[in-house]
Amino acid sequence: MNRNIRWRQGLAAAACVLAFATAHAEGTVKLGLIGEFSGPFADYGGQIYAGMKAYMKVHGDTVAGKKIEIIQKDTTGPAPDVAKRLAQELVTRDNVDILVGFGLTPNAMAVAPVATETKKPMIIMNAATSIITTKSPYIARVSMTLPQNAQPMAQWAWKNGIKRVYILVSDYGPGLDAEAAFAKMFKSLGGTVVDSVHVPLKNPEVAPYIQRIKDAKPDAVFMFLPPGEQTIAFMKAYKERGLADAGIKVIATGDLTDESLLDAMGDPALGIVTSFHYSTAHDSPENKAFLKAYVEANGTKMRPNFMAVGGYDGMAAIYAALQKTKGSTDGDAFMAALKGLKIDSPRGMIMIDPETRDVVQTIYIRKVERVGGKLENVEFDKFPDQKDPGKQP
Amino acid sequence: MTPLTGGARLPSTRWRRTEVVFWLALVAVYFLLPGYRTLGSQVLIAGLFALSLDLILGYARIVSLGHAAFFGVGAYTAGLLAHHGWGEPISGLVLAALAAAVLGFATSVLIVRGQDLTRLIITLGVGLLCYEIANRAAPITGGVDGLSDVTMWKLFGLFNFGIDGRTAYLYSLGVLFTVFCFARLIVNSPFGLALRGVREGERRMPALGISVSRQLVAVYTLAAGIAGIAGALLAQTTQFVGLDVLGFNRSAEILIMLVLGGAGYLYGGLLGAAIFMILQDRLANLSAAYWQFWLGALLVVIVLFARGGVLGELSAWRARHVARGARGGR
Amino acid sequence: MLGNFIGVLFDGIAYGALLFVIAIGLSITLGLMNLINLAHGAFAMLGGYVTVLAMSRLGVPFYGALLAAFVIAGGMGGVLERVLYRRLYRRPPLDQVLFTIGLVFMAMATTTYFFGPSQQPVRVPEYLAGQVRVLGRDFGAYRLFLIAVVAAIVVGLTLLIEKTRIGAQVRAAVDNRVAAEGLGIDVDRVFTLTFMLGSALAGLGGGLAIDVLGLDPVFPLKYMVYFLLVVAVGGAGSIGGTLTAALMLGIFDIAGKYYVPSMGSFIIYFLLIVLLVLFPRGLAGRRG
Repeated sequence: MNRNIRWRQGLAAAACVLAFATAHAEGTVKLGLIGEFSGPFADYGGQIYAGMKAYMKVHGDTVAGKKIEIIQKDTTGPAPDVAKRLAQELVTRDNVDILVGFGLTPNAMAVAPVATETKKPMIIMNAATSIITTKSPYIARVSMTLPQNAQPMAQWAWKNGIKRVYILVSDYGPGLDAEAAFAKMFKSLGGTVVDSVHVPLKNPEVAPYIQRIKDAKPDAVFMFLPPGEQTIAFMKAYKERGLADAGIKVIATGDLTDESLLDAMGDPALGIVTSFHYSTAHDSPENKAFLKAYVEANGTKMRPNFMAVGGYDGMAAIYAALQKTKGSTDGDAFMAALKGLKIDSPRGMIMIDPETRDVVQTIYIRKVERVGGKLENVEFDKFPDQKDPGKQP
Repeated sequence: MTPLTGGARLPSTRWRRTEVVFWLALVAVYFLLPGYRTLGSQVLIAGLFALSLDLILGYARIVSLGHAAFFGVGAYTAGLLAHHGWGEPISGLVLAALAAAVLGFATSVLIVRGQDLTRLIITLGVGLLCYEIANRAAPITGGVDGLSDVTMWKLFGLFNFGIDGRTAYLYSLGVLFTVFCFARLIVNSPFGLALRGVREGERRMPALGISVSRQLVAVYTLAAGIAGIAGALLAQTTQFVGLDVLGFNRSAEILIMLVLGGAGYLYGGLLGAAIFMILQDRLANLSAAYWQFWLGALLVVIVLFARGGVLGELSAWRARHVARGARGGR
Repeated sequence: MLGNFIGVLFDGIAYGALLFVIAIGLSITLGLMNLINLAHGAFAMLGGYVTVLAMSRLGVPFYGALLAAFVIAGGMGGVLERVLYRRLYRRPPLDQVLFTIGLVFMAMATTTYFFGPSQQPVRVPEYLAGQVRVLGRDFGAYRLFLIAVVAAIVVGLTLLIEKTRIGAQVRAAVDNRVAAEGLGIDVDRVFTLTFMLGSALAGLGGGLAIDVLGLDPVFPLKYMVYFLLVVAVGGAGSIGGTLTAALMLGIFDIAGKYYVPSMGSFIIYFLLIVLLVLFPRGLAGRRG
């Protein structure tokens, strides 16, 4: 046991050294990045960070006379207890000014009280459940919410002659949210939801679900599945069982055809219509600049996706707000600067809603096509100025 | 079997000097490392959880890959109480322990029979089932989004659970120490001795008039209750409950922590939790994406070269030094 | 709904076949060598990556890639058995569990390092991707192929273990090591070969399964439950038991999800618990 004590003393000494080394320096703004960098969700944190680095590649690491410094912390996955602890440590030990990142909802929700208690701004760069921004007045979101994407899909489907829809979603919170948002809008327009089925998150074989859909003969199937092996399996089974030939279309939120998955999905993905806030194929100078900076900052190992744009725009919001506050990170001043802020994002113009601090943006309708040998989500219709319907009465 | 025979077992209930030093060191951490209190409290909670697993693994040789079921039930019990307006910590702990113990008692029927692999799979199955139920009961548990608005009252009406982690650390330490003393009493009682008998030779015990299955049911229920307390502590100090409290990862990690420290000593889990979590914290900061590799390598090395975990090695080392030529440890 | 019964049954059998191919290697190493190898999925993942890379980077045809998966996973198994696994044979099950979980973590991190965290594209030949019309019904071509492969594996393995000299040596070595050595059997070699066979089957299973299961670095952990489940329910070491368990689980799972989708996620766990309580040693368990 003596060894143990000695080792603890060593640790104490090391901790003191660390504490001095990271003492708060004048003229820097510290961002505490809390994200998922290992485990099954490792690409969430990876993409967010890559997007942030891309922004700093273009715009430098200094704004309003302050140097921007990022301290990266790994939650290891959906681990709210770890996320909250990291946030506490970042604030009390590393004297971080702004908390950023958050790929997954539970991690963001657990940290919310820390933001409130310490009045530190907290920028959500990905987590998509509606209620997150209501959990603290110091939270702002630059990414998207799920209902925000699901509702325009229902409008587009109705407009384009789809009358009977079968809903297939993953059996967990986000899936049920997507179903609710889609069904509410679709029914209010006069459409019929034939049936809905909830697929377990761990489900190696999708055949029985695809067969049920085929038997029900709807005009289209609306899907929400977390990106991963299930989306690929579903599209394969969809093709194999001839649902397309039976006249059943696939409509979905853009998670289904996430750019990082398109290559793995291959040809069965062709023709899927999705609604989403960002596509790498979006035609604008801002997007071209983003894609170029992404490769310069991170190489070509990962293909950028919407999470990277979340990181990129999060940094854009922080830079713009700091310019407004002249470098001050005081919670209330900073949040005031964020409210109503407009950013020329790679996805088009976005705004932070002054009332809800959630993002307001255009939702695009896209179709998977082969562009220059590569599968892309090509935008062909849009619904501008979409607020989060999850917060509207 | 190998990791389970060692010199650190206590023939009497007197506290050794090293034990006293160990607990004082835990108190000292509070003063010496103020920036690490939250991490400290989570290490203590993991230690308590590992202690509960030690009772069934170290003392009854049941390998469980689903122990998080009880941790999670405890966490949700305490979390839901506070979420619905009853934020008193101590009574929350007690109710959480009861809820987890009830589940432990109910599922113990499934594990008393069967061999190692069967138990492994059944505990795994029960764990996954609990996870799925909590996921499906999203209107109550919050599902994958987690249960927030877990508002705790002040501990004893005096101490607030703030972000500096003061209350969290001392509260966790107090609960851990109390439960530890209790567990220490148990393993040194006739019941504990009977358990060791079961561990060393399951077939021989009926000849001594001891019902193996009743012993196993009792210890399994007890361990479940303690795991429930650990879960409740996490829920209360984090003021949030995520679905991951029931996840397979938690079951696997706690097993790793216990074995790392050494099963069958009561202290092994505490030590293992400290080493594991501090290492994870440090390695994840060095190379966030690949700490898993080093964790894996560590496990492989321990199994190959440090049988019986850290405490197993320590006691073997001491046995070699204290009595030259003595054949303990290995 | 009843009209679809044949289709559902077919899908169930095909899913059972899939479960069988990913679990049979584990059943062999666990049943014949008493080794709890949780890293089984890592060998399957190796087979999966070999299949994908051989096809996409080297242009090897599908069957050649499967063969490569079988051979390379087997070879890897042989190396690891010589270097690491053989130290574990006489260790308690807990040591084996921890050691092999450690290997899983290392395999996952290494794979992430080389190939990134994303899903790999899996392409099977065009004629296996669609449906085949038999007697007025549509059947998935790849699923028919899987069932055929499983039939071949079952026949081949049964012949190998029951009828050949090496099979007899394995059984002898497992039942009584000392006596087997006394009879001049090179037990070390027999164990190495058995482990190589188990790993090779894992690799083949991985190569076959990824079209349905997908392939990313978390593969060994994600599907661990399924390997263990089939082997535990079937009774380790028994080819017939593993096949029966795989088919039972497959058919019940598919039928349950088709007819009562709201209970989808629970069926397999309930089935697992009930079967293990009724048959604590598996359907065909022989050793305690």
